[in-house]
Amino acid sequence: MWSWVGHRITGVVIFVFLLVHVLDTSLVRVSPEAYTAVIGAYKNPIMGLGEAGLVAAIVFHAFNGLRIIAIDFWKKGPKYQRQLLWGVLALWAVTMIPFLIRHLTIVFSNFFGGH
Amino acid sequence: MSSNIIDAPRSNSADSPKYKRAKGSGSSFEMFAWLFMRLSGVVLIVLIFGHLFVNLMVGEGIHAIDFGFVAGKWSNPFWQFWDLAMLWLAMLHGTNGVRTIINDYAERSSTRMTLKTVLFVASAVIIVLGTLVIFTFDPCPAGAVTDLPSFCPVP
Repeated sequence: MWSWVGHRITGVVIFVFLLVHVLDTSLVRVSPEAYTAVIGAYKNPIMGLGEAGLVAAIVFHAFNGLRIIAIDFWKKGPKYQRQLLWGVLALWAVTMIPFLIRHLTIVFSNFFGGH
Repeated sequence: MSSNIIDAPRSNSADSPKYKRAKGSGSSFEMFAWLFMRLSGVVLIVLIFGHLFVNLMVGEGIHAIDFGFVAGKWSNPFWQFWDLAMLWLAMLHGTNGVRTIINDYAERSSTRMTLKTVLFVASAVIIVLGTLVIFTFDPCPAGAVTDLPSFCPVP
């Protein structure tokens, strides 16, 4: 039940971000200055943490989506749905740890020690 | 424990002791929508994980993203079609997901119609806008001087 709630909440969050993301990327059609200025406003630690949260939501939604497919199409899926959820959470952690180390290093080193 | 259970949407409750909605139209649209969510989901995992890896993990990561970065990618048809596929599949997948949530929680027919109209108009605008931007994009716009990719002629 909580994986179902989590799948819906992360789905809506990702969709809202996607609408904004297409709009901000569309600024490349206005002028290079407009695009680079808006993207530049994203390059601070608060937005960096927001991006980390967004990626965490995407990775959960992706792996839990594979679990839903397994439950729907694999004969033993419904029986093992709980174990599959632990698998989702384990894969989520294995993916997020290297991502966070790399992404947050870039975000914080450029903000505090960078240009 | 029972107080921790969230009722399934549209299930019987004190407010709706009996399911009151009209029966479905009998078309197989909902079955295709269900199948599309699973197929597009698998493709989107590849497209979005690739997108995040190339834009956030390689080189200087998010710090390197500016106009020249986008221009460099979209001068290559491979990334144009990658991003086009991602745009269309993600928008249709997300729109159908939100459509399901509206159908689940908006109890009144008129509320459902209004919310879904807003959703479909917003989605159509974003899909058309994004598609136009990918294919009418000029990596070396006339008059621009800053952040241009290195292959643009020097003004």
